[in-house]
Amino acid sequence: MSFKNVRVKIDELKTRAALIKNLQLSIGNVMEETWEEHVGPTPFPSVTSLREWDMKLLKRYKPYYLPFCELCCLCTFGKCDLSEGKRGACGIDMAAQQSRIVLLACCIGAATHIAHARHLVEHLIEKFGRSHPIDVGGVHVKLEAPITRLVCGVRPKTLGDLEGILDYLETQVTHLLSATHTGQEGNNLDFESKVFHAGMIDHVGLEIADIAQVAAYGFPKADPEAPLVDLGFGAIDINKPVIMCVGHNVVPTVGIVDYIKSNGLDGQVEVCGLCCTAHDTTRYYPKAKIVGPISWQIRFIRSGVPDVVILDEQCIRTDALNEAQRIKAPVIVTSDKNCMGLPNRTGDPPDTIVDDLITGKVPGVLILDPELVGEVAVRTAVKVAPLRKKFKTLPETSDVISGAKLCRKCNNCKRVCPQDLDIPEAMETAANGDLSLLADLYEFCIGCTRCEHVCPVELPIHSFIVKAGEKQLKAEIFKIRSGRGAIQDTEIRNVGSPIVLGEIPGILAAVGCANYAKGGREVAEICMEFANRRYIVVTSGCAAMSAAMYKNGEGKTPYEMFTGNFEAGCIVNVGSCVTNSHIAGAAIKIASIFAKRNLRANYEEIADYILNRVGAVGLAWGAMSQKAASIASGFWRLGIPVIVGPHGAKYRRMLMGRKDREEDWYVYDARTGERVYVGPTPEHLFYAAETKEEAMVMIAKLCMRPNDTTKGRAIKLTHYIDLHKRMYGKIPDDIHMFVRTKADIPITMKDEILKILEERGWKETRIPDPTLLPRLIRRRKEE
Amino acid sequence: MSLIAEPWQRAEVAGTKKALIINKPEIVAAMIKRAKRPILVVGHQVVETELSEGEKAIDRIIELAKTAEIPVVATAHIIKEFLNRGFNPSSHMSIMEIGSRLQAPDWTGLDGMGAYDLAIFVGIPYYMEWVILTGLKNFAQNLKTVSLDRFYQPHANWSFPNLPLQKWDEQLKLITNLLKEREEGTA
Ligand code: SF4
Ligand code: SF4
Ligand code: SF4
Repeated sequence: MSFKNVRVKIDELKTRAALIKNLQLSIGNVMEETWEEHVGPTPFPSVTSLREWDMKLLKRYKPYYLPFCELCCLCTFGKCDLSEGKRGACGIDMAAQQSRIVLLACCIGAATHIAHARHLVEHLIEKFGRSHPIDVGGVHVKLEAPITRLVCGVRPKTLGDLEGILDYLETQVTHLLSATHTGQEGNNLDFESKVFHAGMIDHVGLEIADIAQVAAYGFPKADPEAPLVDLGFGAIDINKPVIMCVGHNVVPTVGIVDYIKSNGLDGQVEVCGLCCTAHDTTRYYPKAKIVGPISWQIRFIRSGVPDVVILDEQCIRTDALNEAQRIKAPVIVTSDKNCMGLPNRTGDPPDTIVDDLITGKVPGVLILDPELVGEVAVRTAVKVAPLRKKFKTLPETSDVISGAKLCRKCNNCKRVCPQDLDIPEAMETAANGDLSLLADLYEFCIGCTRCEHVCPVELPIHSFIVKAGEKQLKAEIFKIRSGRGAIQDTEIRNVGSPIVLGEIPGILAAVGCANYAKGGREVAEICMEFANRRYIVVTSGCAAMSAAMYKNGEGKTPYEMFTGNFEAGCIVNVGSCVTNSHIAGAAIKIASIFAKRNLRANYEEIADYILNRVGAVGLAWGAMSQKAASIASGFWRLGIPVIVGPHGAKYRRMLMGRKDREEDWYVYDARTGERVYVGPTPEHLFYAAETKEEAMVMIAKLCMRPNDTTKGRAIKLTHYIDLHKRMYGKIPDDIHMFVRTKADIPITMKDEILKILEERGWKETRIPDPTLLPRLIRRRKEE
Repeated sequence: MSLIAEPWQRAEVAGTKKALIINKPEIVAAMIKRAKRPILVVGHQVVETELSEGEKAIDRIIELAKTAEIPVVATAHIIKEFLNRGFNPSSHMSIMEIGSRLQAPDWTGLDGMGAYDLAIFVGIPYYMEWVILTGLKNFAQNLKTVSLDRFYQPHANWSFPNLPLQKWDEQLKLITNLLKEREEGTA
């Protein structure tokens, strides 16, 4: 069947009457006759279909604007100064402008994922055929595409089915992007609603991308025992030719691995990666290695270890070509998104391309055929490795010392360093032969090289830091469990009840980029803290790598210390950024598999379910990208709060609840229709924390949900209070807002808490069957 | 005193209106005195910043807060550090929470007695404070803001220029002394 035609028909129906009686039947017929589940109210939602739901969220979680720029320069009317109540020449005000920029970011993010998905699907159809089945977990995963089912109301069975869904996504992104044009949307809340839509669309794109690659490439299929693979600079075998792959789209790297395997070179060439391509490469080829998150790009190139550099798409250093040239490593760019000014050699015979790269006739080439990439990359690496002899640009210790002597203490470096690292001070001690202060910076340096561009004496500052931190760099040898993909239906069945009742205190998803304010170790520490507290901890993307970069006394990394099953006390790596869809998918599956809610095109009800019952929190501790913004907004619309790190403040808009406004925290009791106060659960939808300690307390707090049973709430409160006492040195002053009946009080803290409740004039309430949707109220008489 | 009134983080350039420079401690002392409803928001970096005599910035801020009798909000987790030093802040909140409250027209303060007219910030990571101040500048126009950090914050109403550590420490002490003098003077 083709979804393309379906959508047109649905749109026609919807324009005539939104909820006419026969609509469900009609859509059911055109969509899929064999699927019994009836179609919910919002199949293939348009930009405004879920606006009412969005406004409900935005009423409680008010946008808090933090302009990162007070000007607008988007059209030739500008620049316009929008500060202090002024409007731009087009009439826009500051609030709308900020939300417009957020929408722009989310459109960029969504477009990036959807284009990535489109490329994957097109390529995989060409290779495996349109009728290749979507199997992401065999008998363990019947619900293959929860987000797609929820949003679109269709269930894709084959690769070919994904095309029509992508058509829909691309249309939505175009509509959303158009709203940011001068003189379009003018209301900040409507912009925010569109932001949510962009996020939801983005999540479908993520899901399509991952289920396509899992199905076609045979990645681990929802496998809790996905192989443990190597991670870290020190894990790379420098005695072999090394191919370094950077980006997010695994297709060209698959070409490389296939070539290696089919030419008997297995074990002779080292394939390693950075960012999500690395994750996905290990899912295809567990012998591949992960160097680390995005911040390792420059240090790895400068180390001279890579013999060939392969760039695909997203989060690639745009100066990677220059850096690679300096270590004499040929570059192959492989994506139409990122051609780097290199000649397109896709039509040329491999021999000539390889020759040109080895002789240095060209510094790099563009090859758009992944199989050709495979052949050229491997053959070039094998031949170039003995020639370049790991030629590096990292300095020797003596170079660092003599260089540091030239430092003028001008502070330029410190003042452009996003981490405000005290480089001048470290240079001073380095000039005297002591590199320890420089080495101390290693952990916090995000490898941006901004410092180097402003140094009046042109010191390669980042290289100095890496050289000083060399011991640490070389000791980076860790294990990470390869991305397992989806969560099994059976796992959901097992944890559904304890999560919804609150007995598993929460799900923590540590996701996103590596723009950490104080190093990546904080991610590992947070993950372990919550796994030890028997939360379900899932990881993805660069955060999943950071979570691996820790060893306990026995030399075990977190993925070896904790189980890979989706259960209390786990640390589960789902995989690359596109596998964030499985995290959202797990929350959706709880509503469907455990609570038996109708999923199909039933977005609002499921989001309402998750907001009120599923204690999940996202932590994007180093969130940097526009993709991270759109991923976060997909979680917001589903009712899942997201915490970002300090740099996340620059996303310029938070969604903050007000626990001091009692009226904001009422829900309907679906049993009676009565409005019941449920306290600030969850208190915020999006916010940036200043420190790790603050984030940890907030994670525990944001896991509380109105539906928690008394037993569950007592468990959640125990963790919240315990962490609060440890980090803040005192008991929280808002406990009374989270205690509904005395049975909620953790027994061990009973006296202490009762006293506080009394002081605060606490009144007992009751636990409703919570919903924000009046239509879900079942009057008692009907029961 | 070096009076370079440019943002500490070079690329974080300001809009068309930039903070006035606190070039003498009297300015801050007078503003605190004059304010009917001042509030002091203190971030975690005061615990990380060592001052010359082995003291930390938090110690200096406690002296200032005690003298000024100004309500203190401790952000992040540093309430603990205050308590360890025997000082009990009026409240603790995340920087995003206190920032958004100060911006909310219906918020009546920690004590419910009405909106604040002066918010003083210190110890918040530079870029976080930068956007917090931009937010307040644009959405809480009746609130005056002061940055007491040692780096120029262009979107406050008043800010120190970029100052060396020692100079900054001196300035904080001077402000406290001025507040003391006045107190004694009025007593
Ligand atoms: S889009 Fe509006 S605010 Fe921006 S520059 Fe043009 S007229 Fe000015
Ligand atoms: S490369 Fe490292 S030290 Fe240099 S500016 Fe970036 S984060 Fe700071
Ligand atoms: S920019 Fe260069 S010269 Fe200036 S302080 Fe930094 S390292 Fe020294």
